[in-house]
Amino acid sequence: MTNPNNISLNISHALEFIDGHALNIPTLKILSEDGDILDGATAPELDKDTALRIYSTMRFIRLLDERMQAAQRQGRISFYMQCLGEEAAITASAAALKQEDMIMAQYREQAALHYRGFSLEQFMNQLFSNEKDLGKGRQMPVHYGSNELHYLTISSPLGTQIPQATGYAYGQKLKHIDAQSGELSSEIDNVTICYFGEGAASEGDFHAGLNMAAVHKAPVLFFARNNGYAISTPADEQFKGDGIASRGVGYGIKTIRVDGADTLAVYAATQKAREIAVTTGEPVLIESIAYRLGAHSTSDDPSGYRTKDEEAEFKSNCPVARFKAWLLKQGWLNEEEDEAQKDKIREEILAALKVAEKVQKPALEELVSDVYDTPIPALQKQYEELKEHIKQHPDAYPITAGRIK
Amino acid sequence: MAKMNMLHAINSALDITMAEHPQACIFGEDVGYFGGVFRATSGLQEKYGKHRVFNTPLTEQGILGFANGLAAFGAPALAEIQFADYIFPAFDQIVNESAKFRYRSGNEFNVGNLTIRTPYGGGIAGGLYHSQSPEAYFAHTPGLKLVVPRNPYQAKGLLRACIKDDNPVIFFEPKRLYRASTGEVPEGDYTIEIGKAEVVKEGKDVTLLAWGAQMEIIEQAAAKAEEAGISCEVIDLRSILPWDVETIAKSVTKTGRLIISHEAPITNGFGAEIAATIQKECFLHLESPIERVCGLDTPYPLALEKEYVPDALKVFAAIKKSVEF
Repeated sequence: MTNPNNISLNISHALEFIDGHALNIPTLKILSEDGDILDGATAPELDKDTALRIYSTMRFIRLLDERMQAAQRQGRISFYMQCLGEEAAITASAAALKQEDMIMAQYREQAALHYRGFSLEQFMNQLFSNEKDLGKGRQMPVHYGSNELHYLTISSPLGTQIPQATGYAYGQKLKHIDAQSGELSSEIDNVTICYFGEGAASEGDFHAGLNMAAVHKAPVLFFARNNGYAISTPADEQFKGDGIASRGVGYGIKTIRVDGADTLAVYAATQKAREIAVTTGEPVLIESIAYRLGAHSTSDDPSGYRTKDEEAEFKSNCPVARFKAWLLKQGWLNEEEDEAQKDKIREEILAALKVAEKVQKPALEELVSDVYDTPIPALQKQYEELKEHIKQHPDAYPITAGRIK
Repeated sequence: MAKMNMLHAINSALDITMAEHPQACIFGEDVGYFGGVFRATSGLQEKYGKHRVFNTPLTEQGILGFANGLAAFGAPALAEIQFADYIFPAFDQIVNESAKFRYRSGNEFNVGNLTIRTPYGGGIAGGLYHSQSPEAYFAHTPGLKLVVPRNPYQAKGLLRACIKDDNPVIFFEPKRLYRASTGEVPEGDYTIEIGKAEVVKEGKDVTLLAWGAQMEIIEQAAAKAEEAGISCEVIDLRSILPWDVETIAKSVTKTGRLIISHEAPITNGFGAEIAATIQKECFLHLESPIERVCGLDTPYPLALEKEYVPDALKVFAAIKKSVEF
């Protein structure tokens, strides 16, 4: 007999309710705080080059974040968001993917973009919204995106990328459909990873996206960054039950929880999740438990809602230091070279900043291009009128007036 | 040419699209083997498989989020919202995402492959939640295109144009007309240009303008007016965004009078935008104030629908008022 409810009924005669925390999903941890492989844990296969690239990405992002946070305080850019405390979660997960896999991020995942090859200059051009910014100066700082690097442009509304990741991943799977039989191949080339915070998991888009991915079997990796805070709202005012991971289980999605400050655990979990997605075509949820060490953004001040003691406790559990300790023990890194590298990167960042802030703003034409594939008549007319107005009052519009054709 | 009703014409446009692109997908609530509540997608799952024509969970937000992602991937995404009244849970995905994808990314990404089909309007005894005409909400959003057909021939040609258009388009289908009549429709492929209004009947005293199901009403009103010796020019706007200012302005310059009719409530309805623009374009040619015959500023009612709707008699009254001004 078919079961239209799509659940296997386990009949009971005892009146019992299941508690939200009863699941008690375990957290994968491989690396100790001192950089040793824990007893009973198995380190993932990670070659030296990849390991060093992960480390140099984490270190670069930390230095970039530090400098750009300061640049915002100096009034040189309007806004910034740091990755502080989550460098391992972002970088190691990105490293476990293929270059052509799609990344749909929330906003705090600049390390994944840098790992893919987004250059220092490209970061600066976006942050200064100059004419070399791939986004043509239309969005706030940190709203990066690159088609070439398969990194969807960031959108400010929270969680909207979650069902989109499901749709995109479904397309990646559908690429392998047999036109004659209408059947899908058992193995696919690429997956989509979708990053979001535990706050975004409260949005309707989260539930819509996960449910559709589960039902329609889209090869998407949902990467929940449970970092303790959604701006000033702590996790205990955000959700009940056993974290975000329990939602994945509820939707019938294979789920794992990892220590988000443990580079090896994140790498191992993402690598395995990707393998599941490409071989079964199904989604996987990874919940990373970390701590957002920095402020939500430069518009936020954590001193108003959490204690210095709490921050200090998590500062001592630094994901970058933990991975560095392992690399030193592997003999793949030495302290002197590392320090020298840091100074060099700091200089490069400062130099790139000085160049980018002098590059001119986008031309007036970019105000109206890309609304549609070609401007519609009403917009063309508005543009012509605006141009005429600026020509008559060039002093009032110094950024564009001299460049109008 | 074949005789088709509007549902057959829409089905035919979808069929051509599915055959044309191996990754084109049709999805929405009940659109799979059942063919949708109105049967617009009948037979397509059978023909193209359950991976390409499928039922979604009941989540308009999810349907449009999924559609944005699929379109960004590069596959034609043919999303159905079962009734336009239920498009609002997807409002954020349409207004903040579909509409802004290309602009915000500097054209690094776009969802030009997205077409949203949704039945709109009254006349089926559907009351508040099965009768709305929400076009004006979307007409306020740069980056979208909005199209409404008035008959089976227009439906197929315009829908094909929407699908081929490299921008996200919402195609509002007048559900009252789905099975109301049949017309000659080519079995093969053709398109009707988006953004062009059509002068359905020429006249000299007054211009009547509407779209979708309301076209039938203004045509009836025009017939009444002709009997009373008033010559009406009847125009189908067809495309609400972008809309054809030139054709309307040319007609109003000739007739000196304009009456706009739509089912949606009058305040901030799309008729308001047309009236403001035409007033500016044709100021010295106008012989009387531009009249709007629209729904009341109430939710769409059930029992007193006849009183609520802008019917032919109300349009005829406006015509007389305009010519006697």
